[in-house]
Amino acid sequence: MTTDTLKIADKTFKSRLFTGTGKFSSANKMREAIIASESELVTVALKRVDLENESDDMLVHLSDNQINLLPNTSGVRTAKEAVFAAELAREALQTNWVKLEIHPDPKYLLPDPIETLKAAEELVKLEFVVMPYIHADPVLCKRLEDVGVPCVMPLGAPIGSNKGIKTLEFLEIIIEQSNVPVIVDAGIGAPSHAAFAMELGADAVLVNTAIAVSQNPVDMGIAFKMAVEAGRIAYNAKLAPIKNQAEASSPLTSFLNDLN
Amino acid sequence: MSFKNTFEKYDWDTLEKEIYKVTAKDVEKVLLKEKIKLEDFKTLISPAAKPYIEQMAQRSNAITKKRFGNTIQMYIPMYLSNECQNICTYCGFSMDNGIRRKTLSDAEILKEVEHIKKLGYDHILLVTGEANKTVGVSYIKHAIDLIRSQFSNISIEVQPLDQEDYETLITSGLYAVLVYQETYHKATYKTHHPKGRKSNFDYRLDTPDRLGKAGIHKIGLGALFGLEDWRVDSFYTALHLKYLQKTYWKTKYSISFPRLRPHQGGLAPKVEMTDTDLVQLICAYRLLDEDVELSLSTRESEIFRNHSIHLGITSISAESKTNPGGYSVEPESLEQFEISDERTTEQIKHMIQSQGYEVVWKDWSKSYVNLSST
Repeated sequence: MTTDTLKIADKTFKSRLFTGTGKFSSANKMREAIIASESELVTVALKRVDLENESDDMLVHLSDNQINLLPNTSGVRTAKEAVFAAELAREALQTNWVKLEIHPDPKYLLPDPIETLKAAEELVKLEFVVMPYIHADPVLCKRLEDVGVPCVMPLGAPIGSNKGIKTLEFLEIIIEQSNVPVIVDAGIGAPSHAAFAMELGADAVLVNTAIAVSQNPVDMGIAFKMAVEAGRIAYNAKLAPIKNQAEASSPLTSFLNDLN
Repeated sequence: MSFKNTFEKYDWDTLEKEIYKVTAKDVEKVLLKEKIKLEDFKTLISPAAKPYIEQMAQRSNAITKKRFGNTIQMYIPMYLSNECQNICTYCGFSMDNGIRRKTLSDAEILKEVEHIKKLGYDHILLVTGEANKTVGVSYIKHAIDLIRSQFSNISIEVQPLDQEDYETLITSGLYAVLVYQETYHKATYKTHHPKGRKSNFDYRLDTPDRLGKAGIHKIGLGALFGLEDWRVDSFYTALHLKYLQKTYWKTKYSISFPRLRPHQGGLAPKVEMTDTDLVQLICAYRLLDEDVELSLSTRESEIFRNHSIHLGITSISAESKTNPGGYSVEPESLEQFEISDERTTEQIKHMIQSQGYEVVWKDWSKSYVNLSST
């Protein structure tokens, strides 16, 4: 069985499941679910934590060596704001990793491709490890790769929608063309969606709402862990090809064998 | 172009008739739909939808959990002044009420803030009456500047202002503005606001437009229930919301549900809104819009608020004082209205947690302030 690791910038991950910290019923529940999921990279909204307060409830519950914090810029509307937020996070949380989220539309939280590219370029120059949350846009992925991001995070469906992989055609192109890891972010609502994304060849998935809002976040964390592992193993083992029709019992070209 | 153009395409009496002629069959049809439109909202707030309230509540609960998770945001109002040059028939601060007027000084504001911070709050709502000489834009700006370092998120509920005034306040760190139309019935509005700048219905109606143009982060809408038929007023509020979301798409929106409460010189509601009506309305808003914040103040009772967090409400206040200096400076001064839920912040926190929700004190960063305008 192949259980390969994932490398992004200078970090190697055993788990290909990234998680989030929002929407849980308590900080304790959040911690338990994340630990159960064995996720090693957890995104946290800068606007939710009190950077000036060492006893901030969320940060205290995440102070575990196994859990790498991935601050995100949720709430910013422009590249300029995003760069500022990233610098703030770097200083306060002592990490140069940042999940770049620029969604000026507070309703569907859809990412702004233009501002995201601008911010990514700037942040890479400032030596950040930039993980950009974007539409499943293959051209944008290549443009981001060109400016030096170590991975891309295209969405599967609108954030928090739990609708699964709705951007399939575009994700397939992105995965085919990408030279950096592809992490499917947003829209994954069930372990089966996560497994599907991994079978397609995604390098990792990020799941938050589906775990946080479930009746039993701990069990759901475990379910996602297993699904992501299963999907990855299946991808490595190469899925059998899908056949649209049965093989004909009277082949049309078998006479050629008699002729030769 | 502004909301006024949209508003004028509708007629109050026609809407009222449409809402009241809805049948059970219409409701059932709407409840089968995956996407609820503005037209369907009329059906969901109709008397015919009342028997379907449990079904609406279940759906509202599920949608709210998906979008907002198991969380409730907390905020607290701070009244800065009860000076007012308007006559509003329903308000304790009305100019014709013979109460002692009070506007907080810097030292008093800071004393109130000290008290509020001890309670744990990080999101604050500043409230004033309308007295342009004493509590005009410069006073409000000064107050924001004074307290900005202590709060992540500052909102105001004050008189409608011009776009450039909002721009100034946003630069100072203002996050949201709450401005309720009170009623969308123009004639009734005039009756309740006979004197003062507030009597200008159209200027108030287009206030959210000016806020949107100024680039505010959040706008709070609402009607004061009791002045007119709550159903028609709520339809107009929903119409306003949908118009604003399309026009100012970078702005967030919230809806509040103020029902008339007793106060000095009090007015009895013209149209009563029962608790069941209010639940129906909260759920109808959530079914119409998955993302709008729904806010409930301490005007409502303990029991109602305990249950409301499962119905679609996403933010609540606690331990509110509706008089300037009410927290520590002058607790005995006259309040704008009597609150109903008098529990402490700590008690509300426990109530929320015991129901499986996390209390969110901070969901914004004061360091994001100023960035959008520079």
